[in-house]
Amino acid sequence: MSSLDIAESKNSQEFVEDWSADKQTYHVPWGKAMMWLFLVSDTFIFTCFLVGYLNVRRTTTDPWPYPSEVFALELFGHNLPLILIAIMTFVLITSSGTMAMAVRYAHFRDKKKVFWFMAITAFFGATFVGMQVFEWSKLISEGVRPWGNPFGAPQFGSIFFMVTGFHGLHVSIGVIYLLIVASKVRRGHYDKKDNYEIVEITGLYWHFVDLVWVFIFAFFYLW
Amino acid sequence: MSYVPIADQPDEMHDPQTFITKYIWSQDHKVIAIQYAGTAIAVGVVALVLSGLMRLQLGFPDTFTFIEPAEYYQYVTMHGMIMVVYLLTALFLGGFGNYLIPLQIGARDMVFPFLNMLSYWFYLLSVLILMASFFVPGGPTGAGWTLYPPQAITEGTPGAGAGIMLMLASLAVFVVAFTMGGLNYVTTVLQARTRGMTLMRMPLSVWGIFVATILGLFAFPALFVSAVMMSFDKLLGTSFFMPAMISLGEVVDYRGGSPILFQHLFWFFGHPEVYIVALPAFGLVSDVLSTHARRNIFGYRMMVWAIVAIGGLSFIVWAHHMYVSGMNPYFGFFFAFTTLIIAIPTAIKVYNWVLTLWQGNIRLTVPMLFAMGFIFTFIHGGLTGLFLGNVTIDLPLSDTYFVVAHFHMVMGVSPVMVVFAAIYHWFPKISGKMFDERLGKIHFWGTFLGTYAIYLPMHYLGFLGVPRRYFALGTTDFIPQSAFELNAAISVAAIFVGVLQIVFFINIFKSLWSGKKADPNPWDATSLEWLTPDTPPRHGNWGHELPTVYRWAYEYGSPGVKEDFVPQNLPPNEVQMENPGEKYKESEH
Repeated sequence: MSSLDIAESKNSQEFVEDWSADKQTYHVPWGKAMMWLFLVSDTFIFTCFLVGYLNVRRTTTDPWPYPSEVFALELFGHNLPLILIAIMTFVLITSSGTMAMAVRYAHFRDKKKVFWFMAITAFFGATFVGMQVFEWSKLISEGVRPWGNPFGAPQFGSIFFMVTGFHGLHVSIGVIYLLIVASKVRRGHYDKKDNYEIVEITGLYWHFVDLVWVFIFAFFYLW
Repeated sequence: MSYVPIADQPDEMHDPQTFITKYIWSQDHKVIAIQYAGTAIAVGVVALVLSGLMRLQLGFPDTFTFIEPAEYYQYVTMHGMIMVVYLLTALFLGGFGNYLIPLQIGARDMVFPFLNMLSYWFYLLSVLILMASFFVPGGPTGAGWTLYPPQAITEGTPGAGAGIMLMLASLAVFVVAFTMGGLNYVTTVLQARTRGMTLMRMPLSVWGIFVATILGLFAFPALFVSAVMMSFDKLLGTSFFMPAMISLGEVVDYRGGSPILFQHLFWFFGHPEVYIVALPAFGLVSDVLSTHARRNIFGYRMMVWAIVAIGGLSFIVWAHHMYVSGMNPYFGFFFAFTTLIIAIPTAIKVYNWVLTLWQGNIRLTVPMLFAMGFIFTFIHGGLTGLFLGNVTIDLPLSDTYFVVAHFHMVMGVSPVMVVFAAIYHWFPKISGKMFDERLGKIHFWGTFLGTYAIYLPMHYLGFLGVPRRYFALGTTDFIPQSAFELNAAISVAAIFVGVLQIVFFINIFKSLWSGKKADPNPWDATSLEWLTPDTPPRHGNWGHELPTVYRWAYEYGSPGVKEDFVPQNLPPNEVQMENPGEKYKESEH
């Protein structure tokens, strides 16, 4: 039974029966299913972090720092609010595009292009982490610490370093993951069984990390 | 299209070569299951000893002078955390989940055996970190098993230095270990079922473990996050959970954090955790009851949907643990409402267990005794849960022994009853040896009656208003002398039950050493794990060919069939009938 038939079955009982049938009707590779599950679980981690952020922002007794001032950058004599973070977001979203290209060429078994698009994705990811390091060191030099900062509520620094650090860790792991899979693609490791699912699975992880960034961006920088 | 089950691709199998790859760094789900179960039971014995020490202090105050108040709180904390997380969660999911999922759904192994192996080694690491906290300056944390801030990390609480840090680190590692195992269990159930094994033909054990694992994957993140945030509060001086306050006469260095946030995060994990333990127990006990009562499980579909419904509801009831923390009254109304709704699917399950026994051909074997014991203790603990789910009744009872009694009845004794039922039930398959029936019965009656002797009087102490968490009661007007005598009696019963567990270990080791060889299917059961070509099953479980499944796992006592059970993998035309001319008619499952 194809997925089209499942979508067309009008009867909800049939729908349940299709999905609870044995393996013959349920063609999802286990690696992909497992990655999806992991990502849902990881979503709960980020959600808990963000709920914690919303909560301490309400409970703290000090005023919350004004993000467009804290995250402004002096460039060519102009004071540009949020410019660094705009570039970082642009780089990360672009890397999602190059990852999608890699997945597309994996379908065509175009080894060379898959390798290069994954390498470019990893490069963008590493650039993002590099810019994050710059942002962190700028904030640290201005006196922002996990336990306090000159701009207002001490929770600002704590939650900022914790959540962007946890996200940066995800990006860094993603870069390593991408490079491992890319080099295996180049060596022809996946040609043995003609199975390029791993590229798509890596892509799932990478898109997830980008999606999480969109939420962090909105919650920390725009509000 | 040719049909190749995922776990049946021969080049994916990692055949063990040496003793070390076979028994230590093993990727075989059965070996990992035994490693998990062995570690969990060993650490559970530590927690049992701690509870004995607590009872010595409570029953005979001023007698055992080596137990100081600080140590008493450390025993309470470690006992609770070990029993809930490191024993029950690890034993049900890491132990029984690992052993039974691939065997009951007809797979050769978990879909990702290497990750499964890592899961065990991370679990062992978390246990070692936790045990290390007994040997650091200040000892383990004494913050209570809920680890509420601010007191958990404030000077003056026992183990507020290294103890709490090791506890938080251990929990974080445990979550990582659980996630690696849990991804495997869920994906294996979804993706590695053999031909014919639809979701609605799976044994309820698999259903319970499956749904509980999903709960774990969504609930443990909250524990992970709260552990990370609290360790930052302790190590880096952040103020996530710490308000400004004065401690020991000094203003602490924190300001603006929210202790209630921790409680919300903790119980968002903590309440599903109850069902992470209970749902596998529900599943396992259903299989044991059905097999030994020689009757199909009553209302199989309802049982499945009840498991799913309980799992879903368990995520929206967490604040019923926080009625006394101070909440908007409308919250209390909402959470009391959702809490009481859980009684409906739970009651469906209890009625169905009883109806499964109704007119059954009950064989009073040791696993069956424990399974029926579970029904008693679970009804008891469940009914007192209805009391505590109501805000107005919870408020006066919350800090008394009534809660201790309720909690231990429903989440201590009941799952442990199932643990023993399941160990006795599957021991012949796991070890290939039969256990000693007589020792098993002594173990059951002593444990069953003994736990009632412990926990029934505690309900009464709770109604008297005897507060829980106290090191010693002292002299107060509202606690009569008889309460002290009752406490001493409870302690005697507790020590008795604790020591009695030696019978269980003697039985296990004696049977492993000199038990008589077990029949491959000693209970005449229908599910796939009893139908393996070897007992105990070898690596890869099924020999050359995977089994094909023709029906559900509960085909007992079908009319007209010669034997009183029809195995899941027996083709319909090979079923022996009483009347040779008659043809076997498949039931609707």
